Amino acid sequence: MAAPTSAQIRPMKTSAELALAETFAAARAALPGGPDVAAQRAAAFGTFADAGLPHRRVEAWRYTDLRALMREARPLAAPPDAEAKSRAATAGAMLAGLGFRRLVLVNGALVPELSDLAGLEAGLSIRSMADALTTGDTLTAQLGQTVASSDAVLALNTALMGDGVVLHVAAGAVIERPVELVFVTTETTPVSMFTRSIVVVEEGASLTLIESHEGPSGVAYQVNTALDLVVGAGATVERVKITAEGSDAVHLATVLARVDATATFANTFFTTGGLVVRNQLLAHLAGEAIHARMNGVSLLSGKQHADTLLSVDHAAPAGESRESFRAVLDGSAQDIFQGKIAVRQPAQKTDARMLSRALLLTETAEACAKPELEIFADDVQCGHGCTTGTLDQQLKFYLMSRGIPAKESEALLIQAFVGEVLDAIGNEGVRSALTDATQAWLLGRE
Amino acid sequence: MAPLLEIKDLHAEISGGRKIIDGMNLTINPGEVHAIMGPNGAGKSTLSYVLSGKPGYEITGGEVIFRGVNLLELSPDERAAQGLFLCFQYPLEIPGVSNMAFLHTAVNSQRRKRGETELTSPELVRKVRELGQTLGINAEMLKRPVNVGFSGGEKKRNETLQMMLLEPYLCVLDEADSGLDIDALKVVSNGVNALRSPERSMLVITHYQRLLDYIVPDVVHVFAAGRIVHTGGKELALELEATGYAQYQNEAA
Repeated sequence: MAAPTSAQIRPMKTSAELALAETFAAARAALPGGPDVAAQRAAAFGTFADAGLPHRRVEAWRYTDLRALMREARPLAAPPDAEAKSRAATAGAMLAGLGFRRLVLVNGALVPELSDLAGLEAGLSIRSMADALTTGDTLTAQLGQTVASSDAVLALNTALMGDGVVLHVAAGAVIERPVELVFVTTETTPVSMFTRSIVVVEEGASLTLIESHEGPSGVAYQVNTALDLVVGAGATVERVKITAEGSDAVHLATVLARVDATATFANTFFTTGGLVVRNQLLAHLAGEAIHARMNGVSLLSGKQHADTLLSVDHAAPAGESRESFRAVLDGSAQDIFQGKIAVRQPAQKTDARMLSRALLLTETAEACAKPELEIFADDVQCGHGCTTGTLDQQLKFYLMSRGIPAKESEALLIQAFVGEVLDAIGNEGVRSALTDATQAWLLGRE
Repeated sequence: MAPLLEIKDLHAEISGGRKIIDGMNLTINPGEVHAIMGPNGAGKSTLSYVLSGKPGYEITGGEVIFRGVNLLELSPDERAAQGLFLCFQYPLEIPGVSNMAFLHTAVNSQRRKRGETELTSPELVRKVRELGQTLGINAEMLKRPVNVGFSGGEKKRNETLQMMLLEPYLCVLDEADSGLDIDALKVVSNGVNALRSPERSMLVITHYQRLLDYIVPDVVHVFAAGRIVHTGGKELALELEATGYAQYQNEAA
């Protein structure tokens, strides 16, 4: 008789986990893709099923116990009908009018008639992920290959991915016009969406990629979205992701980014909406002398909970990375920042710095920061810092003594606190739109 | 002529703590420049904070009437809009807020509160540039975040710029000379003197006579142990320089 072992004990499956298993079993035959994709889905679901929903004993999810926060798994969203499409017509208002190439995904599906797919610049190709999986595409073979991860939420995405965008920029193509992916949920009953995109920017090419997520307030919908991103040698990618989901939404997002030699990669998170938001960015800085900037701003109130997990993996020499995160927390909001800089042995002359700062506007708001350094090279410059504090009352008095009312003085100070990150965004239109969005958030404060 | 400022039997203490202002009386008429001199720790800076409404001080008695209203009932921004300006001993640095944006917000907040039309950006920029020139403040300093990386002299010049722009009725200068070399002192004093007018008054707080060579007061008060213990003309400042404050401290105690 085998001795009982304590190592592999799995608790009972939660109702959400059981529901996800049912969803997968019912949907798998109809999900896009041939036998290879089906096998990949099955393997991914196996990974998820073994691990279950992440909980506090999974270190990377320590502060975001999904098993507790996601009591139910919502049914998969149906393809958008005419009504859903018409409701989506006003989506993406924050960046409207900036002339970006806009691709609209409604309830998880790319809607060509709402998207600007005409007159693609030379070297730019865009297609729907569902199409690519169904008819085959060399790019989809790279799904999940950019960075190795056994994360359960990512595995669930791979198992259930429905649609998304496959975007390719050919070597040397400089795409001036930013591409904006507008993800909008229009359903007023709680549904779930699993979107997956892949963006490959080849050697020496450049792209500005904006992603925004929104949906109705008061609806407990669930979004699980993932992006595989390849920044080729000498390429430049600036990405900005705006999370402005509805008040009751659960939003789980993963980015797997590989950055090749001498490439420049900038990523900014801007989070204002959603009840539970998780942004995980796993950046594999694979090539020499890369430049990476990974920043974020969270503006949270009420009972919002946002968790950023950042993994900065310097694998080659002479790379430079800068990570800067700011959270402004009102009400009983919680912000979590987990950032890890790893420097592998070959990555000599790495220069990496990470700073997270949280501003607590109330006594009930909460910020957790978990910075980590893991360094195997001996000739590097690495640093991390984190601060948590309240508004500086001396500064507030100084502003008020010049005639600026209390509320406006606070707004100026908060805007400045956030501005340090927003000012680093290269695209001026996005920078000023996010500055305005911050102002709007501040005006909406109680 | 109604006084501009009347402090009547004012008592104030640090919240939950020590009594700092202890039965102070002072009347300033329009156009007058008053100097308040006194030893370190006498409560001079506290007086400036109590007048401008800094949190952390408790008024336990008396009143302050400024241009006909009870100043102590107003918030700091309302006091500023009413025409009170405190020139800080140590101006604060505000990272992320550009000097020009700060000046614009301050001017228009006050104008809004007074029911005046707001200045447009070009109007304000022109005005700020003109005033800046007289103080040796260039366009670069206006673009930078408020006081960040400024030298002591630059900070004081920046305070003077704010004061000239906001055109207050009463300027309270808290140790305006600290951190200044002689050249900077002259620039700041010139700015302050340019503001002297029959409607505008100054309260110059200092423990050191030197400043009063440049900003010549009409009245000099000796402040010790939380109140004014002696009042005289501008010659009093020179006497104090020779004799020190010891006799007044004994008097107050």
